[in-house]
Amino acid sequence: MKKLVLGLASALAIMVATSASAQDKYKACFIYLGPKTDGGWTQAHDIGRQYVEEKLGDKVETAYLENVPEGPDSQRAIERFARSGCGIIFTTSFGYMDPTLAVAEKFPDVKFEHATGFKTAPNVTTYNSRFYQGRYIIGKIAGKMSKTGVAGYIASFPIPEVVMGINGFLLGARSVNPDFKLKVVWVNTWHDAGKEADAAKALIDQGVDIITQHTDSAAPMQIAEERGIHAFGQAFDQIEAGPNAQLTAIMDTWGPYYVKKIQAAMDGTWKGGEQSWDGLAEGILAMAPYTNMPDDVKAMAEDTEAKIESGELHPFTGPVNKQDGTVWLKEGEVSDDGTLLGMDFYVEGVDDKLPQ
Amino acid sequence: MIRVELIRRPQQSALFSALSPFIAFALTLIAGAILFWLIGKPPLPALYSYFIEPLTEIWSVHELIIKATPLILIAVGLSVCYISNNWNIGAEGQFIFGGIVGSLLPILVPGFGGPLLLPLMMIMGMIGGAAYAAIPAFLKTRFNTNEILTSLMLVYVAQLFLDWLARGVFRDPNGSGFPGSIRFPAVARLPEIAPSQGGAHLGIVFAIVAALVVWFMLRSTLKGFEVRLIGTSPRAGRFAGFSASKMAFFAFLTSGALAGLAGITEVSGAIGQLRETISPGYGFTAIIVAFLGRLNPIGIVAAGLVLALTYLGGEAAQISLGVSDKVARVFQGMLLFFVLGCDTLIHYRIRLVRRAIASALEKS
Repeated sequence: MKKLVLGLASALAIMVATSASAQDKYKACFIYLGPKTDGGWTQAHDIGRQYVEEKLGDKVETAYLENVPEGPDSQRAIERFARSGCGIIFTTSFGYMDPTLAVAEKFPDVKFEHATGFKTAPNVTTYNSRFYQGRYIIGKIAGKMSKTGVAGYIASFPIPEVVMGINGFLLGARSVNPDFKLKVVWVNTWHDAGKEADAAKALIDQGVDIITQHTDSAAPMQIAEERGIHAFGQAFDQIEAGPNAQLTAIMDTWGPYYVKKIQAAMDGTWKGGEQSWDGLAEGILAMAPYTNMPDDVKAMAEDTEAKIESGELHPFTGPVNKQDGTVWLKEGEVSDDGTLLGMDFYVEGVDDKLPQ
Repeated sequence: MIRVELIRRPQQSALFSALSPFIAFALTLIAGAILFWLIGKPPLPALYSYFIEPLTEIWSVHELIIKATPLILIAVGLSVCYISNNWNIGAEGQFIFGGIVGSLLPILVPGFGGPLLLPLMMIMGMIGGAAYAAIPAFLKTRFNTNEILTSLMLVYVAQLFLDWLARGVFRDPNGSGFPGSIRFPAVARLPEIAPSQGGAHLGIVFAIVAALVVWFMLRSTLKGFEVRLIGTSPRAGRFAGFSASKMAFFAFLTSGALAGLAGITEVSGAIGQLRETISPGYGFTAIIVAFLGRLNPIGIVAAGLVLALTYLGGEAAQISLGVSDKVARVFQGMLLFFVLGCDTLIHYRIRLVRRAIASALEKS
């Protein structure tokens, strides 16, 4: 009996101790669409989370849920986090937008950050990265490296974000090869290694000799490696999947942003309703080492990267025509952010009809 | 050398038949504890966070109910099919079709409101599911095709049809190109039971009513006798004047209607819009639920709650212990495995036969 009481008391003491230490730490939580080792989008976010643990150390505790499907399951997952003491919750997929807002309304004291969305609230901000800057650079590389002059693009959903990436890539390619063509395959998923691989094969069979993607897995890179063509890594340095295939990769480096926002949340300076859209200059994306290419192409890529970073070059600068041949940007005109964020048209040269 | 043989038992223990789901559940817990121990997690806290933690908070119980609702509704319908020896594997497709047909009004006639809207949506959902289930029933009775194959293949047709609708004609024009219909207005949303506590909607009431009605039908009506008789002995059913073809239609239409109702309650209650996917495989998980509930509608209610718990527990364990979400699938698989294993041992006993004796037996 005495032993039992002693055991219970010590168990209680442990529980009190852990809950006390949990209270000292600020809890930052992450919802992932894919597995955290997807070799792409989700892994890039998880590396950001690990960066937070490394930089903020004992002051912060992180948690994550992976493989959370968009829809009612994501709302439950977000709500579970909101109730489990998370101070700030990062929801890292476009499709979590409405669920994030629904939960945010119920928990006004919890802070929410939604990646790549366009709706905000007093306790919800959005954050995004100017991926199109990287897309422009890889487009230029593709323009130089492709022998057939045709690239393949594995696209997820016809939302502005993705359309913007396609246009940015093609403008880059056409700046070095005005006849460059682009074939697009819509796989209608963010993460499905099988579908992504099938799309890559179909594109290669149609004669493209360079592929790039706006999906989450490293499967297209593996196919490119198998078939002996080139490809660009997406969200994450995929050089391991394609040691001979990868030319470079657009790497999402969310870590510094996460540290900044979690620090702000702890300091009480975090503000809701904001929309953050940083780029190469702010370090939210970075280019992986330029490999498997001649020195002149590498020099061109590095030069372009430096110019975009310094603000000297904006990828969406006129003259640019829309796909139907009408003028979009006049000579020297630079697109405003609003048009980019709502982009629902192709630029000239895309060999595809935008799904409407 | 020893050979293992299964010998059919002359009599099955009624006690163990009733107990087998519980034994299976206990075995799953033990195997789960060993599994957690092997991956280096403390077994008891892991099992606690898996099976108890989701029940400790009222909102989480609501989430459990939301998850269990479609499983119970579908599985209750499937029990009628399986008892009458009609192998409907396509409840997933009927669920989707119910969701689509039930959503027609709020999507195509957005101005239509009023108290009639929700009942109409529910009825249309049931008609949609039943009509879709009628296809394999027709093919089975008219051409003697295998309903397992036809109903299963129709699942993929339904999934792709929904996908096409949500990306095409039904897409929200203001949705920035993202698939999915408009969000339903409040009048087209199934009301919540206790909005201040959590999100559980009226669907659970449908599920329980359906379970009670089917339970009563199977137990105390002539129709129920017909279902069971045709299932166990079609020949005896014919002598009794029952038609196996009519029964195939009855079973498929009933289960299709319930799956369709589950589909529209999920869309109208839990999701609030028609998306390109509306089910994480409820129609297939419901097959496990039906058998775990021993094809008894009351048992199915309990089994649905247990299966729903494995989904929620997977999340809770992921947050508190950092175990992979795949563990939830492992638990579901183990549960079914142990149920089927227990059932086998109730119907059969194991006999170990030495090779020498076995060959002697065969010779004689």
